[in-house]
Amino acid sequence: MISLASRDILHGWGKFVFTGIGLGLLIGVTLVMAGVYRGMVDDGKALLDNSGADLWVVQRDTLGPYAESSSVHDDTYRGLLGLRGVERAANITYLTMQVRKGTQDVRAMVVGITAGQPGQVPGWPPYLVAGRQITRGHYEAVADIATGFRIGDRLSIRRNQYTVVGLTRRMVSSSGDPMVFIPLKDAQEAQFLKDNDAIWQSRRRTEANPALNRPGVPGLLDAVLASQSTNPYVNAVLVTLEPGYAPDEVADSIRRWQRLTVYTRAQMEDILVGKLIATSARQIGMFLVILAVVSAAIVAFIIYTLTMDKIREIAVLKLIGTRNRTIAGMILQQAVALGLIGFVVGKIAATFSAPFFPKYVLLVPADTIAGFAAVMIICVLASLVSIRLALRVDPAEAIGG
Amino acid sequence: MRALKLQGRTVAMIAIIVPLVLVFAYVAMRSGPLAPVKVTVVRAQEGTVSPALFGIGTVEARHTHRIGPTLAGRVKRVDVHVGDRVRAGQLIGEMDAVDLSDRVRAQEATLKRAQAGIREAEARQAFAQAQARRYDKLSALQATSEELAITRRQEREIAEAGLIAAREALAGAQSERAALVAQLDNLKLVAPVDGVVTLREAEPGTTVVAGQAVVELIDPASLWINLRLDQVNAGGLASDLSADIVLRSRSAETLPGRVLRVEPKADAVTEELLAKVVFEHPPEPIPPIGELAEVTVALPLVQAAVVIPNAALRREAGEVGVWQVKEGRLQFAPLKLGATDLDGRVQVREGLTEGDEIVLYSERALSRDSRIDVVPSLPGAER
Repeated sequence: MISLASRDILHGWGKFVFTGIGLGLLIGVTLVMAGVYRGMVDDGKALLDNSGADLWVVQRDTLGPYAESSSVHDDTYRGLLGLRGVERAANITYLTMQVRKGTQDVRAMVVGITAGQPGQVPGWPPYLVAGRQITRGHYEAVADIATGFRIGDRLSIRRNQYTVVGLTRRMVSSSGDPMVFIPLKDAQEAQFLKDNDAIWQSRRRTEANPALNRPGVPGLLDAVLASQSTNPYVNAVLVTLEPGYAPDEVADSIRRWQRLTVYTRAQMEDILVGKLIATSARQIGMFLVILAVVSAAIVAFIIYTLTMDKIREIAVLKLIGTRNRTIAGMILQQAVALGLIGFVVGKIAATFSAPFFPKYVLLVPADTIAGFAAVMIICVLASLVSIRLALRVDPAEAIGG
Repeated sequence: MRALKLQGRTVAMIAIIVPLVLVFAYVAMRSGPLAPVKVTVVRAQEGTVSPALFGIGTVEARHTHRIGPTLAGRVKRVDVHVGDRVRAGQLIGEMDAVDLSDRVRAQEATLKRAQAGIREAEARQAFAQAQARRYDKLSALQATSEELAITRRQEREIAEAGLIAAREALAGAQSERAALVAQLDNLKLVAPVDGVVTLREAEPGTTVVAGQAVVELIDPASLWINLRLDQVNAGGLASDLSADIVLRSRSAETLPGRVLRVEPKADAVTEELLAKVVFEHPPEPIPPIGELAEVTVALPLVQAAVVIPNAALRREAGEVGVWQVKEGRLQFAPLKLGATDLDGRVQVREGLTEGDEIVLYSERALSRDSRIDVVPSLPGAER
């Protein structure tokens, strides 16, 4: 038995292939859209993975440090280290800002990491792609490669200049901004330090305040001014646990004895995925649904048109006594072949275009398989309409009209 | 003819479908989470580590002389301006004496009165002595009564006591005057050392309280840097280590220095150790007090050790170590680390031998089961 479908495809192969490629691009966009959603979720998880923490200790009753601002005293960690089950505790600060390099600036999340050795302190970038980790206690930076910085570049953060000594990858904030790691003391200063004009103005205000500038108490004004330009706060304390301790138990004891809010990894994921990116995720999800519906409609329409184009040939087939099953099989096979070409082209297009998106696009194999199943189901369903039309055609049309 | 045409179509069809399938297969295998992780490797090498400590500090003067009055008063004049060099003993200002000079003059009058009083007492004493002597002779000749003679003797004693009192009154008046003059001198503001004026805090006419400074002096030869170092990164800090000083305003220039002393008291709040670093040669021009300086303190070299870059260090299951590449498979090697230097070289005490191949950079976090693809450098990382 000859394959009617392949014969027909070969008959008009150019049209068929180009239709398939067009469909493929549409499927590619849908896959990328799913990838964008996965990328957003993965950004959040990458943030948590990279911090290397088991517990996040933040200001009481806040959802910090990622979803809300939080500040705790920078000596809080000493109390935490004394608790049972706590292995390491390290201060960390996060500040999203424009990092300047020469005339251009890049939106980045500046992370202040506690001094120490790589691997010993949570919060450090866990791996690099070039350069080295920070060794000096001041004025060095490790940047995510997505910032576009290179090793040796000089960055300006507030009034200080930092040298990029290392590059890392996939270190992003929950909103996808690349990270720049700098030593904690510098970061504390960057977070708090105003520009020089503001400092002068605030000094003048303090000097004008008779309660703080008393002629009979020399030195009081200096002390007040000095206390105004220090920042003994950090945004969170990252805690890692000794093996064998349950995160919830230790978190409870910190809540109880240190009077601070603590989140475990699971809770933090809930906050990031469930609260921080919830609206954007729904937005993307909505787009995904619309794209899927539009793709389905277009596939149905294309197959319908392809069938309509050869309605006369189908009538001839019927006239010469071809069985309905053969005709239905031809249309179904064509639809599935179209879907296959579309899927393959779509997957290739999605994979090669993914790195060019400004935010991270994560193509998950499960999504690809689900996408494949969806394409096949849509093609089969779409072909049903055409099959019904083809079977109803009057063989007389082959010689009439 | 027909078969050929069909064949032509088939060939075209195959020409499109086959590359498509091949590309698809490549894409499915080489991207996404199934793809191998690109890594670069490096061999652990025998080498030297030149450890150093890095900290920042501010330029300070070892001795700051805050010169002001010992009593509350009004500033009369200040002769020096900020930046002037002064010599030890030089008059740099004066407080207003108000009524002090009048009181000195009054005291001089009192002094003269006391001198006059002495002269009077001397005259009395001389007369009383002469009288007493005369009556003594008359009494010996029985030419006068015993009682009169005794009276004259008593008068002489009184006159002598009067003289002593008058002399003491003079000494008192002299001391009183000396005290006032000393007070007058104390109103002069005098430079105690050779130095440079750094502050002129009060202008003539200003009232200052006791202890408040009018002029501040520093000795420019005594400049040092108050260095602060993170406590975790300050191992090995000691006196007499050589240091490189870079002043913020002269970042192109490295000035040689030396650690003078490590402060016995550390800063508990900022968790820093404090040390004083002196310049080997006093810099010219004098850097301003309070300028920020970056100091690199060199520690003794660590010779002949297995050395790895710090970018290779990872943490796995609570241990610091590196991913070792053995026959294309990954194996985590926990390490004991020694000295580190500022270029990111780390000495390995235990866990690696020379020539072991370890993962330096990786695209992603690695695990024992990661498939790796060793490349010379990671995409995007090359300059």
